[in-house]
Amino acid sequence: MTKKLKLIALSSAASMIALSAAAQDPVSLTVVSWGGAYTESQQRAYHEPYMAANPHVTIINDDGSANALAGLRAQSQAGNVTWDLVDMLPSDAQLACDEGIILEIDHDAMLAPAPDGTPASEDFLPGSLGDCFIPQIVYSTILAVRPGAFEGEQPDSIADLFDLENFPGKRALQDRPGTNLEWALYADGVAPEDIYDVLATPEGVDRAFAKLDTIKDEIIFWTEGAQAPQLLADGEVAFATGYNGRMFNAIEVEGMDAAIVWDGQIVEWDGWVVPAGGPNVDAVMDYLRFATDTQRLADQAKFISYGPARASSAALVGQHADLGIDMAPHMPTAPANYYSPIVLDNDFWADYGDELRERFANWMLQ
Amino acid sequence: MAPSDASDTPTAIGNETDSKGRLLTSDGRPLRAALQRANRRRKLTALGLVAPLLAFILIFFAYPIVQMMWRSVDNPAVVEALPRTLAALEEWDGNDLPGEEVYRALYEDMLADEELPRAEQKMGPLAVRLNYEISAARSAIVRTARNVDEMEAPYKEAFLDAHRLWNDPTIWRIIEREGRPLTASYYVAAVDREYNAEGEIVQAPENRQIYVALFGRTFMMSVVITFMTFALGFPIAYYLSTLPMSKANLLMIAVLLPFWTSLLVRTSAWIVLLQGQGVINDMLVALGVIDDENRLTMIYNQTGTIIAMTHILLPFMVLPLYSVMKTIPPSYTRAAKSLGATPWTAFRRVYFPQTLPGIAAGGVLVFIISIGYYITPALVGGQDGRMISNEIARHIQSSLNWGLAAALGTMLLVSVLILYWLFNKLVGTDSLKFG
Repeated sequence: MTKKLKLIALSSAASMIALSAAAQDPVSLTVVSWGGAYTESQQRAYHEPYMAANPHVTIINDDGSANALAGLRAQSQAGNVTWDLVDMLPSDAQLACDEGIILEIDHDAMLAPAPDGTPASEDFLPGSLGDCFIPQIVYSTILAVRPGAFEGEQPDSIADLFDLENFPGKRALQDRPGTNLEWALYADGVAPEDIYDVLATPEGVDRAFAKLDTIKDEIIFWTEGAQAPQLLADGEVAFATGYNGRMFNAIEVEGMDAAIVWDGQIVEWDGWVVPAGGPNVDAVMDYLRFATDTQRLADQAKFISYGPARASSAALVGQHADLGIDMAPHMPTAPANYYSPIVLDNDFWADYGDELRERFANWMLQ
Repeated sequence: MAPSDASDTPTAIGNETDSKGRLLTSDGRPLRAALQRANRRRKLTALGLVAPLLAFILIFFAYPIVQMMWRSVDNPAVVEALPRTLAALEEWDGNDLPGEEVYRALYEDMLADEELPRAEQKMGPLAVRLNYEISAARSAIVRTARNVDEMEAPYKEAFLDAHRLWNDPTIWRIIEREGRPLTASYYVAAVDREYNAEGEIVQAPENRQIYVALFGRTFMMSVVITFMTFALGFPIAYYLSTLPMSKANLLMIAVLLPFWTSLLVRTSAWIVLLQGQGVINDMLVALGVIDDENRLTMIYNQTGTIIAMTHILLPFMVLPLYSVMKTIPPSYTRAAKSLGATPWTAFRRVYFPQTLPGIAAGGVLVFIISIGYYITPALVGGQDGRMISNEIARHIQSSLNWGLAAALGTMLLVSVLILYWLFNKLVGTDSLKFG
């Protein structure tokens, strides 16, 4: 008898839960990001807690960020927008914003303030917010060295990347002009803050390519973020450039033997944009408010070594969720690492990118 | 059956004719009309049967290709964004900076654009379009347009202050030249040419020439790959064709096995085998053939691309060869030998000519597939193993210059069609035998 009652009570409770859930229609959000360790960090820091609090929402990951701008354009032209939220670089976000294919963001109205009440527009790091762009992280492209590659003195600067005499062997560089041209000039003695002024002149471009020429025979180019640590792990190269989070993951989580050189790290933002005409704009805005608040941005740093884009998050960065190591020293913005950063100039690349990409492609073919 | 000239010979026995002497069917209709009608019905039935496939091909194959080709000349950005400026530019002499009225027109165009909802604004696409022609055009347009509502006359001065590019006659020449709904500039860029200040088409600076050399390399590599598949495939196909069916089938599975494996897996397998620390190099070092410092570079270059693509495309050569060789009676070669030919002469003069249709079919197949190959060169090609398709993909996915990608794609398509036409002239497609 009591059993039966319990059963009835249980089933009625279950049906009530079901009813209350049904009050909100189920929504599925397609979130486009970079895949691999990066999407994993978003899944655990943002998606899972949000879905736990909002059982009617399902979040589906799509690893399309490498071609996000092409995808946004194609969906907008076809009039069939299927992406709800896209993780992309600020330079591409600015282009998409100018073309009107992503939504403008009113940062203070749409985003949560810091816990002490500082409005979002003041809490995000200076210069990081765009008209349509909400930054999540600051990441950097760094140089990693396989320790076994050299005996005695180890490379510790970008200049060493270009020093074949003391540090012979293959180098893995990304197959695009961005980062490579900056480093060529930096290694050739240009100060970080002057690099883009020099690169905007024809002589500066010649100088950068001449410097790259000196190591050209030893370069292997990589395309996808995961290739760089792979080439190091396979022993194919002595040096590899790569994203600091991927390298952290390969070294600390997967146990690869490599050392990071923070000299001349190239720093950039990465963040969210909302496609215009998407199917679930209201649901996405609610998610965004949650996923970009101070705690969530700090949480992401538990899973990957990218710095949170909010000033108020820095103090909350703790230990790695699985390894228990302190994350703060692995952030690109940690004072010990941030001694000679080159801040990527998106305006420069928006202007000169077309021409330099052509010249770089020609240079690769020669 | 009525004779074919029935209408001219009204006296055919057993058939009725009408007043004009035309043959009639038994129900009194003219025979010719009845025949035509039956014919038409047959044609309609045939059309109905192929209609689904035809519609599929038109919608998913022909239409996208036509659309792609259209994109290579389509040029709406300037015309839509700057109607007033273009009208004002008609008076311009094309040498020095244009006068105040052109700058005023540009101001009006930008102001009008500002008032549109963001999705309809034309300055963004304009900035992207002009940046293909001259660096820094993007920031010139976007930044000027952002502050245009604060601008005051005289506008020429205001624009010259806003961005250095407005002080350069080149950008005005480009706006004038691209101010037409159709453009040739993507094709000009695709053959490594550019416009000079006089508007003539000249060779681009040497350090920006890419595509002509790349087309040449793509053709060369395709020829080499085709030859390699032939050299490897011919003996295999011959051996297979001499075996009894049961054994031949078993070996055929071995040939087809690569077909059933994912392309990515096969390409990755080649990376494992060929890379510096890979299986082959390790073996050679262990055997003492090469020492540890001088490991062979067999991947991330042209060699790697040719090896991997030859392996992947081999079945496309073996299958047509095998199917042709299977039909060549062995008695012909035996007859040649019994008439005194040496084995080599018998092979050269009797057997080999009969395999030509298979060689032609396999060659065309492998060559056309390899000329547009993408994923393998992208993965193992390194710098000098890249092909034209990799550049097309780069323009579609990362540089987002779809017009240039479309021009390159159209050129690739047309060159394949020309080759096919040449082949047809020289060999004849009716001699192709795919199996």
